[in-house]
Amino acid sequence: MAIDAATVRRVAKLARIREPEERLEPLARELSSILGWIEQLGEVDTDGVEPMASAVAAKLPMREDVVTDGGDAGAVLSNAPADADGFFVVPKVVE
Amino acid sequence: MGADLTSLTLKAAIEGLKDKSFSSEELTRAHVDAVERARTLNAYVLETPDKAIAMARASDERRAKGEAGPLDGAPLGIKDLYCTQGIRTTAASRILEDFTPTYESTVTANLWRDGAVMLGKLNLDEFAMGSSNETSAFGPVINPWRAHNSNQPLTPGGSSGGSAAAVAADLCLGATATDTGGSIRQPAALTGTVGVKPTYGRCSRWGIVAFASSLDQAGPIAKTVEDAAILLRSMSGHDPKDSTSLPVETPDFPSFVGKPVKGLRIGVPKEYRIEGMPEEIDRLWQKGVDWLKDAGCEIVEVSLPHTKYALPTYYIVAPAEASSNLARYDGMRYGLRVDAKNLNDVYEETRGHGFGDEVKRRILVGTYVLSAGYYDAYYLKAQKVRRRIADDFEAAFQKVDALLTPTAPSAAFALGEKASDPVAMYLNDVFTVTVNLAGLPGVSLPAGLDSQGLPLGLQLIGRPLDEGTLFSLAGAMEKAADFRAKPERWWA
Repeated sequence: MAIDAATVRRVAKLARIREPEERLEPLARELSSILGWIEQLGEVDTDGVEPMASAVAAKLPMREDVVTDGGDAGAVLSNAPADADGFFVVPKVVE
Repeated sequence: MGADLTSLTLKAAIEGLKDKSFSSEELTRAHVDAVERARTLNAYVLETPDKAIAMARASDERRAKGEAGPLDGAPLGIKDLYCTQGIRTTAASRILEDFTPTYESTVTANLWRDGAVMLGKLNLDEFAMGSSNETSAFGPVINPWRAHNSNQPLTPGGSSGGSAAAVAADLCLGATATDTGGSIRQPAALTGTVGVKPTYGRCSRWGIVAFASSLDQAGPIAKTVEDAAILLRSMSGHDPKDSTSLPVETPDFPSFVGKPVKGLRIGVPKEYRIEGMPEEIDRLWQKGVDWLKDAGCEIVEVSLPHTKYALPTYYIVAPAEASSNLARYDGMRYGLRVDAKNLNDVYEETRGHGFGDEVKRRILVGTYVLSAGYYDAYYLKAQKVRRRIADDFEAAFQKVDALLTPTAPSAAFALGEKASDPVAMYLNDVFTVTVNLAGLPGVSLPAGLDSQGLPLGLQLIGRPLDEGTLFSLAGAMEKAADFRAKPERWWA
């Protein structure tokens, strides 16, 4: 499937990645080439095949719903781009 | 004596420490010096000499008190994808250029529990996405190996290129690495080192920066098969903090090295004989078959009919998981933030500036294949083909105990040679990626040199949780191959 610049713009928006206008055409070509190569999967008969989401067949373990960690705001905030009074500081969300 | 200590194997170094032939401080200093002299290789993105010496002294004190662990005093390199408490961890990405974890990954914590010493953090492809180390924000690692009569810089492979180069150049006794599609085994093959990708779930993924969670697995790169077994024994083990970590005992992996392999049945998958593969690799593969025959193994031709679909399957599954995992880099809680006029622009500018081209490409592919209208055609289809690939292996393992294949379709190539064509670069993982999709263990070991004097590797693939048999087979092949070549120390 060929991807055009408009599709790249839309997907980049979904992925929250700024791509400059001049990169859209080259990216469209690259992604088209990758997806074109991937299309060969269409040759494989997968009727009735159970999708495989994990390499581990085991059921995911459950644990008690109790607090096992936390109480250290300093550590949580130590890599924050901006923080104040024990909180993350983020750009204004509601105009 | 200093230079000699770095050429020891991990096993020999541990023996030397036990015999008091030298102290961990002496051993560690020799490595710290070697690392400093080898900066031109760009293997380390962060050297931690003060920490290394402090850890070495603490180790010497433990040993004096008779409290030494299995790795006590052994200096190692750590791939910069493993979070290390108080030590910058970047995943070789600008988006994490100032990130200092406040916690330690389970695997590295296991190594320190057993007494190991950290020399520093090793270079890699950004977020482990690449096969040549060229996507690193720190620039590529240079392979210590060069072709005959050539100064052309070659790739050490990727993504664990720093780990492989550091082990090959004697800049550590062993290194941690990770493997999502071949990132331990392919660089091991390109640098004449041993790389082990264990069974999915053998090592905890907790504290390792995530790329594609259903495929990512930690493992060692080492100088010998036995060294790799020693490292994997310490790295492995169940961890309640990783829900996919398997609740199984860790076998004594080193005890499998040297065990007889007589009577084991080895499968040779005919689909791995691909078009355009250099004849030298084919010949080496045959040599490997002969070595195992001589050791008493029975060789069986097997078929893994869906092999050719493994790479395209991987390039749906891995980017899809990556696009989801990397959504966390939003510039709010940690990592780079690029200020802009509103929240959406902050997200977009941060991610646009923070991620490199290959990472962005994969996030876009992943976002596309997961987007409305394409999910069934791409992602679901890939998950079904993945099942077929895993079923191929299951059928083969009804007949054989392990499989023997080449590790990579070529020897080390020049930096820049494949950088402009993503699909050509992806083909590097053609023999390794199947193992990740099926969750199996795989080992790459050096088997010989090509006509240019560059190392080539062979791969053994085993049943789930049967790393032991792989260590026995790899040990037998290592003995037969008698691979002793080392790169000339042109960088020092």
